[in-house]
Amino acid sequence: MLEALRAVLVAPVADMAGAPAFLMEVLIGGVFAGLMYSLVALGFVLIFKASGVFNFAQGVMVLFAALTLVGLMERGVPVAAALLLTVAVMVALAFGIERVVLRPLVNQEHIILFMATIGLTFFLEGFGEMLWGSSVKKLDVGIPDTSFKVAGVLINRLELTAAVTAAVLVAVLAVFFQRTRIGRALRAVADDHEAALSLGIPLKTIWVIVWAVAGLVAIVAGIMWGAKSGVQFSLSLIALKALPVLILGGLTSVPGAIAGGLIIGVGEKVAEVYWGPLVGGAIENWFAYVVALAVLLVRPQGLLGEKIIERV
Amino acid sequence: MIYREAGQFKTTYASDQAIFPIREDRVAVAAIVAAAFAVPLVASEYWLQAVLIPFLVYALAALGLNLLTGYAGQLSLGTGGFMAVGAYSAFKITTAFPQVNILAVFVLSGLIAAAVGLVFGVPSLRIKGFYLAVATLAAQFFLLWLFNKVAWFTNYASSGTITAPPRSVLGVMVTGPGATAEARYVVALAVVALFALLAKNLVRSRVGRSWMAIRDRDIAAEIIGVRPLRAKLLAFGISSFLCGVAGAEYVFLYLGSAETLAFDVNVSFLVLFMIIIGGLGSVLGSFLGAGFIVLVPIFLTNAPHLVGLSLPVALQKQIELMVFGGLILFFLIVEPHGLARLWQITKEKLRLWPFPY
Repeated sequence: MLEALRAVLVAPVADMAGAPAFLMEVLIGGVFAGLMYSLVALGFVLIFKASGVFNFAQGVMVLFAALTLVGLMERGVPVAAALLLTVAVMVALAFGIERVVLRPLVNQEHIILFMATIGLTFFLEGFGEMLWGSSVKKLDVGIPDTSFKVAGVLINRLELTAAVTAAVLVAVLAVFFQRTRIGRALRAVADDHEAALSLGIPLKTIWVIVWAVAGLVAIVAGIMWGAKSGVQFSLSLIALKALPVLILGGLTSVPGAIAGGLIIGVGEKVAEVYWGPLVGGAIENWFAYVVALAVLLVRPQGLLGEKIIERV
Repeated sequence: MIYREAGQFKTTYASDQAIFPIREDRVAVAAIVAAAFAVPLVASEYWLQAVLIPFLVYALAALGLNLLTGYAGQLSLGTGGFMAVGAYSAFKITTAFPQVNILAVFVLSGLIAAAVGLVFGVPSLRIKGFYLAVATLAAQFFLLWLFNKVAWFTNYASSGTITAPPRSVLGVMVTGPGATAEARYVVALAVVALFALLAKNLVRSRVGRSWMAIRDRDIAAEIIGVRPLRAKLLAFGISSFLCGVAGAEYVFLYLGSAETLAFDVNVSFLVLFMIIIGGLGSVLGSFLGAGFIVLVPIFLTNAPHLVGLSLPVALQKQIELMVFGGLILFFLIVEPHGLARLWQITKEKLRLWPFPY
């Protein structure tokens, strides 16, 4: 019994203290992984905030964006042009989704809209693979997937780039939401659909904008994930990984998505490296969910989500 | 003209509260059930194995989830995990005690799944809506990981799969390689029919009404005297029980052998699709939805052959995905309340037919 307790409580901590450089690497790896999760979770938050739709298709939008980009580049389109075209495709997609899916489903219950986005997931998956083929593709963005050392700690260039990109993206989004006219309109819609409508804010346009922005975030996430692990079907599964990040941070909070991503990323890596071997490994699959569950028990609205006030 | 309740007088409370108060309904349901039991006489092996047995198993799982999500309003994405609990405990019980009747094993494994469901239902007291849905994903991933990692659950099989051993009911082989599709079909049908009847009565009872009160407005329900703890946990328990039995059937009557992959998160989504397409908060809807989701892929696979089109396998798979997604969107847009609602509208129309109103 005491042995077991020691193995769970003391030994991993001793391991950490024994090799601080390795611990740093684990932590940094976790931070990077967490930022990648945050990139996906951001897309969810944007759409949920502005339309109350829990967009399950965000993961497949990431896949779709990456597939489109790679597909165009494979056909000899220069990188810049391919990127622009991909942006155009994602904006067109936003228009299409608003027109075909969201508009007929206005005022339906949330679960119906949620299911609709799952239907959308299937559709986009099939569509993307039909257009661009289902083989694993290499996305080369010109950043070498190599590492360099800073004070004895290995840092991966690609991951560093991804982290910086994520940080920039979040800053841009924050400015966009806080300072621009459209950003204010978005926040107004998020607060109260009807009040926003009566003030003359065009709801349909706003939804197109939100989905387009989520599409752009999906492109960035797609490029980063694609460069890291190749563009393939499993990219759409990172949506599942982003879910605990999302609810941990709070469904309505952009900073929450970042904080949640970091906590999950670091926690997952540390748990896997130091506690994973005790129970046979591969705990990465469910660890994030259990952490999210534990946090939710204390704070049902997530770490930074808006407090849920209920009245009868 | 055919479907008319005029002249059917109810003289007792019992007849007023019958599940099917209209005589035509009773006749139709009796006919359908009788026909369902007669199906093995005419259906081919392929139809039983590929269509009807999965339909019955999924219908049972959908029924379980519908009690939880449709009636009690607790969104759950852990169905696959609870089904896995049922399947693995059925396997453990029947290999440890081969003399126990397999039907009793199904019920026992359902009870074990119910106990697990209760544990994972506890957070529902604080967490609601999508937060709860994601929290139930914890159950899904954790349970599958557990069954994958702990070799005890598969009796230390090197392949990591569980295989249905041969078991018989009343001298007829119903599981294992020696069982005919007919026997497995009849068992699945009997189980589903029994639990559907129980579920239908349950949702018309005090328990069912307390679930619906919780679903519609939980705080108000609490104020009028529904105990949320009891109602929610009961919903989780009973739902997981049905899902557990369905999971045991899934392996023992349908697949024959399975690994944890058979219960991954896609199964959870599939069952959720069934109840949404079929109709939330409707026992009939669970069956309609299961039928729809089981039949559509089979139809999509065979449709190109029927019109004489031969497509590459990969392309066909992708078109299938697209059409499936498109159909889901179409149904949600046309009738967000599901097939059960369509049937209800049809019934209203039938009662007046041939007059417009």
